Amino acid sequence: MQVHLSGGEPGARRDLVEICAAAHDAGLYTNLITSAVGITDQKLGALSDAGLDHVQISIQDSAPESADHIAGYRGAFARKQTLAAEVVRLGILLTVNVVVHRANIERVENMIDLALALGATRVEIAHAQYYGWALKNRGALMPSREQAAAAIVQVEALRKHHHGRIVIDAVIPDYYARFPKACVGGWGQRSLNVTPSGRVLPCHAAESIPELEFWNVREHALADIWQNAPAFEAFRGDAWMQEPCRSCVRKDQDFGGCRCQAFMVTGDARATDPVCQLSPHHEDMEMLAAQQTEIAYEYRRLPKSQQTG
Amino acid sequence: MLDNAKASIPRFPRGVRLVNSEAHGGWVLLAPERMFKADAISAEILKRCTGEATLDEIIDDLAKTFNAPRERISNDVTKLLTDLSHKRLLEL
Repeated sequence: MQVHLSGGEPGARRDLVEICAAAHDAGLYTNLITSAVGITDQKLGALSDAGLDHVQISIQDSAPESADHIAGYRGAFARKQTLAAEVVRLGILLTVNVVVHRANIERVENMIDLALALGATRVEIAHAQYYGWALKNRGALMPSREQAAAAIVQVEALRKHHHGRIVIDAVIPDYYARFPKACVGGWGQRSLNVTPSGRVLPCHAAESIPELEFWNVREHALADIWQNAPAFEAFRGDAWMQEPCRSCVRKDQDFGGCRCQAFMVTGDARATDPVCQLSPHHEDMEMLAAQQTEIAYEYRRLPKSQQTG
Repeated sequence: MLDNAKASIPRFPRGVRLVNSEAHGGWVLLAPERMFKADAISAEILKRCTGEATLDEIIDDLAKTFNAPRERISNDVTKLLTDLSHKRLLEL
């Protein structure tokens, strides 16, 4: 079993090292997923001593100016390079995570070269998924169907080209697909998320579905939550499904797709994921994907009242 | 690749761990975002990749322990370890 120390930015968490140590002592495989901003070399050293197994650093682009622009943080690119070097020096395997969207999709090859130069043994090429902040910026981020198709072919060729040097894992974009992804491997089947406040979610975006009731680790044991919390029970198995999912031969493969996306597009969290060509809302999805605008990125920021030095 | 590397010492990098786990139902290789279930033969091979024994010694040991033809063992070991090394999960 694996624990991902993720975010947002896990470096913002003061007790990160203690969490990592406790997970390691419990026999879990520990994985830090960071932007590199907020993880000092010293903090990485402490995590390493606490038994950290793996580090993933996200990059926004292969060109420093563009990377810092997308990250919205000057100096982010340099910080990523420094932390990557420190990860490699400590002998920890490094994965570079690349989120692909319209501003960098033409430079997938350069970004894989950058991952190699940083000493990564694995690179994750993930097309942006449009929830939360990516959803707010969808018009500026969504690549065209042609760009997305070309990137998939290119990644396939690069995987063969770099065989033995670096493993390339690709998360294919679902907004131009005909069938939905098996979101989180099935609701309440394989994974759970614990938020900074202790709420336990079946997937990281589950709080976008207003009807769900989440339990908190401060009030319930994790095993109790996994087995009995209403949010986990809501879409576990197939009793919740409607047509066309209910009688579909693919229902055990893709579990009806993503609940959050279904809610976002159709207003009904029990609907078929509109990515599915069998969904009556499939055309809405295509229309959404076709809306591309040139706007400035909008970033998540703490309200002024919550900001601390 | 391995033919001229019989003296090499296969070892797992940090972050790749072979564990015998009840939760996983036997021997598994834990790796970044991956978990490989090891069958009985693979587990015997991987257990010997301790960072001490050479490839040749591992093959000798397996041939002796399981009283099997050295060539067949050598093929199995080479195939498994080459594959893991291509995935960057084993150093040779």
